[in-house]
Amino acid sequence: MTQVTEAARQAGEPRGPVPAPESAAGGRQRTSRYRVLGEGSSTVLSIVGIVSLLGLWWLATNLQWIRPLFLPRPETIWVAFWQAVAGDLDNHTLWVHFLWSMYRVFSAFAFAVAIGIPVGIAMGVSRIARGLFDPIIEFYRPLPPLAYLPLMIIWFGIGEQSKVMLLFLAIFAPVALSARAGVRSVSQEQIQAALSMGASRAQVVRYVVLPGAMPEILVGLRIGMGVGWTTLVAAEMVAADAGLGKMVYNASNFLRTDVVVLGIIAIGFVAYVFEMVMRWLERALVPWKGRV
Amino acid sequence: MAKLEVRDLSVRYQTASGVVEALSHVDLAIEDRELIVAIGASGCGKTTLLSVIAGFLGPSEGEVLLDGRPVAGPGADRGVVFQRHALMPWLNVIDNVAFGLKMRGLPREDRYVVAREKLALVGLAEFESKMIYELSGGMQQRVGIARTLASDPEVLLMDEPLGALDALTREQVQELILDVWHRTGKMIFFITHSVEEAIFLATRLVVMTPRPGKIERVYELDFCHRYIETRDARAVKSSPDFIAMREEVLAEIQRRETILADM
Repeated sequence: MTQVTEAARQAGEPRGPVPAPESAAGGRQRTSRYRVLGEGSSTVLSIVGIVSLLGLWWLATNLQWIRPLFLPRPETIWVAFWQAVAGDLDNHTLWVHFLWSMYRVFSAFAFAVAIGIPVGIAMGVSRIARGLFDPIIEFYRPLPPLAYLPLMIIWFGIGEQSKVMLLFLAIFAPVALSARAGVRSVSQEQIQAALSMGASRAQVVRYVVLPGAMPEILVGLRIGMGVGWTTLVAAEMVAADAGLGKMVYNASNFLRTDVVVLGIIAIGFVAYVFEMVMRWLERALVPWKGRV
Repeated sequence: MAKLEVRDLSVRYQTASGVVEALSHVDLAIEDRELIVAIGASGCGKTTLLSVIAGFLGPSEGEVLLDGRPVAGPGADRGVVFQRHALMPWLNVIDNVAFGLKMRGLPREDRYVVAREKLALVGLAEFESKMIYELSGGMQQRVGIARTLASDPEVLLMDEPLGALDALTREQVQELILDVWHRTGKMIFFITHSVEEAIFLATRLVVMTPRPGKIERVYELDFCHRYIETRDARAVKSSPDFIAMREEVLAEIQRRETILADM
């Protein structure tokens, strides 16, 4: 009997009462809970990790372990930031670079959403649409977008059109494929229920399939936004006048490592904000996700 | 007087291992104020029968007539309540109930008048603005019933609607279904696995057997009327003739199972 209990304990079975932070003395009741792998707050550890990394950076650069060409001091980045804001680095201020990047990624995103969601839904509900679009999307989706950037430039010139088109293609595939997967996630019973309440086929698509596919579509938008942003920065390095990618590229030509690092931080920060906005959208639009 | 007729219905499926006869020459007629319960082992074709009546599945042979007109596809004249509630989680309770009316283009105020009436009928008047995932399983199933009633169908088709509920909730919703049935006078075709539930609800109990699926025996019952009069489900279910009937039906189903197992 004892052995069995001992074995269970070693196997990580739920244990007895876990003492609350202020047990007997504070009058709080002892509570029990099941153990889950990897549970608990990780915020403190994250902060400790980031601060140590920054500290190591500061130490390594200030003690001259690394030459500023390879890794500038954190303080220099701060100076570079204000130079970029003032527009002292190249022809454009940081704000202008930022706005160009946003303009490109969001116009491509808007086109990809407006076309990708209907195409994906159509692929999910219609044999014809699936037959027509599936091979095309499945062929170009795994290609690195930069592989067909030259083709875009030959077709659409070096202006905004080619970059927006490139981004559109990069975002379109994940958006369309997620919408299609979303259609599959709608239960047959929900569709049958709508039909037996007198809904037409078009109404089923509009009022059951589209909202039912929404959780998957939002996942697709999040992935699309990520792909679009990474593609954009790379495309700007190849061909652009302004943009965060271009700013980094220019700086590398002049060996301004501080501006390169500044650009990387700015690009990462924007990506992080995108991610947060998309998560917030998900909570606001599909609060029922995973709860039914 | 509305009437649903199933005439010489056969359904065959093509499967990887050949053609399976899910239903073989089934005849059934249902009229207003009747509550037909189909019971039988899995594979006896009861869900197939419901799907054909609902119009989700076409007959291989025979036909289904509603008021003399053949059924061709799903329609608002035959409402379906599913085993898993199949409600729309992105809509709140009242919009779920009003869904069918919206599909018919009724203005919002008119939809809500009907929806509120049906929600009151299933005892959920105060829950109209809740979301589906905030409700218990029994309440979700009641919303499913209210939603079906809102379209004012001629027939209610119920595919094991109480199968996923716990025993106590299940009995409450059984009584609710009888009340709704009695007040609306609609015909109901109800599928269940529970013999007790079947005998309690049915005006006519249809015992089905598999391979091929067909109607084996029909019992005319009146325990549901007894509940409507006395409103005492426990007394009905513990009365000697109820228990005797339960044993008879169970024996009938088990006898069939044994014969099939020996084959």
